[in-house]
Amino acid sequence: MPPTHLIDPHAHFHWAASRRDFARYNASRLSAGELIGIDVHVASILGSWGQKSPTYFASPTDVSAGNDAMYAIADDAPRKVRSYVHVNPNFTEHALREIERGVSRGAIGVKLSASRRADDPLLDPIAAEAGRRGMPVLHHVWQHRQRDWGMQEASDAVELARLAARHPRTTFILAHIGGGGDWAHSINAVRDVPNIYPDTSGSGVDRGMLDAWLAAIGARRLLWAADLTLCTGLAKLHALDVLGLSPDDLDDICWRNAMRIFPPDSFPLA
Amino acid sequence: MTTPRFAVDVSAWIGAYPFRELPHPDASILVRVLERERIGRAWVGSLPSAWHRDPAPSNAWLYAQLAPHADVLLPSPTLRPDWPGWEGMLDDAVSRGAPSVRLYPMQLGVGSASPVLASAARACGDRGLVIQLTVRFEDLRQRHPLDAAGDLTAAHIRTIVRADPRVHVIVSGAGRDLIEETHWSLTPAEHVRCFWDWAWVWGPPEDHFAHLIDTVGSDRFVFGGFWPLRQIQAPLATFSLAEAFLPGLTTSSADHILLEARRCSGRF
Repeated sequence: MPPTHLIDPHAHFHWAASRRDFARYNASRLSAGELIGIDVHVASILGSWGQKSPTYFASPTDVSAGNDAMYAIADDAPRKVRSYVHVNPNFTEHALREIERGVSRGAIGVKLSASRRADDPLLDPIAAEAGRRGMPVLHHVWQHRQRDWGMQEASDAVELARLAARHPRTTFILAHIGGGGDWAHSINAVRDVPNIYPDTSGSGVDRGMLDAWLAAIGARRLLWAADLTLCTGLAKLHALDVLGLSPDDLDDICWRNAMRIFPPDSFPLA
Repeated sequence: MTTPRFAVDVSAWIGAYPFRELPHPDASILVRVLERERIGRAWVGSLPSAWHRDPAPSNAWLYAQLAPHADVLLPSPTLRPDWPGWEGMLDDAVSRGAPSVRLYPMQLGVGSASPVLASAARACGDRGLVIQLTVRFEDLRQRHPLDAAGDLTAAHIRTIVRADPRVHVIVSGAGRDLIEETHWSLTPAEHVRCFWDWAWVWGPPEDHFAHLIDTVGSDRFVFGGFWPLRQIQAPLATFSLAEAFLPGLTTSSADHILLEARRCSGRF
């Protein structure tokens, strides 16, 4: 049985400065989302996606321009698309100003990618501001990062858990358990950190992954999501369907947890 | 079972995986999964044998495990073409009704220029056995430090396909880049003998699967579920999303590939 509603809290769009076929890409996300039954995409644009400055180290100019493009997409489909405000914590003042500006443009969450290690003190003012405003922080995570990879300063669940422990009133979304690395490592790192909500997105569809996460943290902390691959998002939706979850558990994962952690009235669902 | 969505899943295994726990990777469970997902049959390999020095004991285990389910599960034993007596293993496979053999050059440390690949291609072509290659078992980013084999290369595939005009090859777990590199580096006469599953090909919004259907052709693809390593729902989801925009989308049938391989061998 499908869930009553479906919210994708980890979506991305493109724009003219990030890829030539951005219109096709964005249309494909929305039309595939319709087929899957996604009611709302909560999305971000990471600067120029590497065209003018690196995706994970986007310049302040690119951060702002990408956010503006994201707000424009949300403005065009206000019932279907909501925005994160993406920030680069290496530019603290700019990041805080972007959050304020983002809220005024309708952003409902803060997006952190891989610009600075999650447990670095530079993230504290951003996490505190998000908590003060009741906005969740979606943080890009490399599951069990064992070394540094090029063009990013990725964090793993242990590092995100340190930040979450310093900000117990802020909700963090641990990005894409299927997005690369060892998801089993992340389970133990965040099992007892109640303000971290892992999302299921990513191209990884390992058998046993969803079962293991549900056994560890339960349905009230897991968020269904798709990220860059809606096909694997749909696969996980079908996989959840055969796990024998109760309708309540399925609804928690697919939309109710998102309703709880985003600001009130973020989603126009009955 | 109601009408199957796909007649055959060519990319299934049973048995343990050395680098992480897999939930019940058993033949009886696979039969239930195929029934649930409306897939008629599966060509099944022995997963642990990909890392064994001598695959013979694991192949014997595979035959025994599949025997009670012979109407649904067909054996695809593992071939090690640099092991003494390997051609006898192929004859055994033919006598047991195997449609294919699994060949893992990366796990064996066999380079793309190694003559054993051509020998294997000729021997399989001669016997009407399809050669199955696996690009990867896990994403590169999550592999165990001891799982250092690397992904299968286009050069390996080219060597095998070009070695014998009778050999038919199915490659599992390739992404768009490898499929395109290989397809467009083969002649039309060669690439009609090379097939792919789409278990690791991205659907929307990147739409790599739809792009490949449009460029290399839907007849190059055959269904592979990658069970028990990955959720079998993934390639089904990718297909269903493409199908919505490409009405009438069909892919190749594993049965047809096998018939062609046997016809080309001249033995059947």
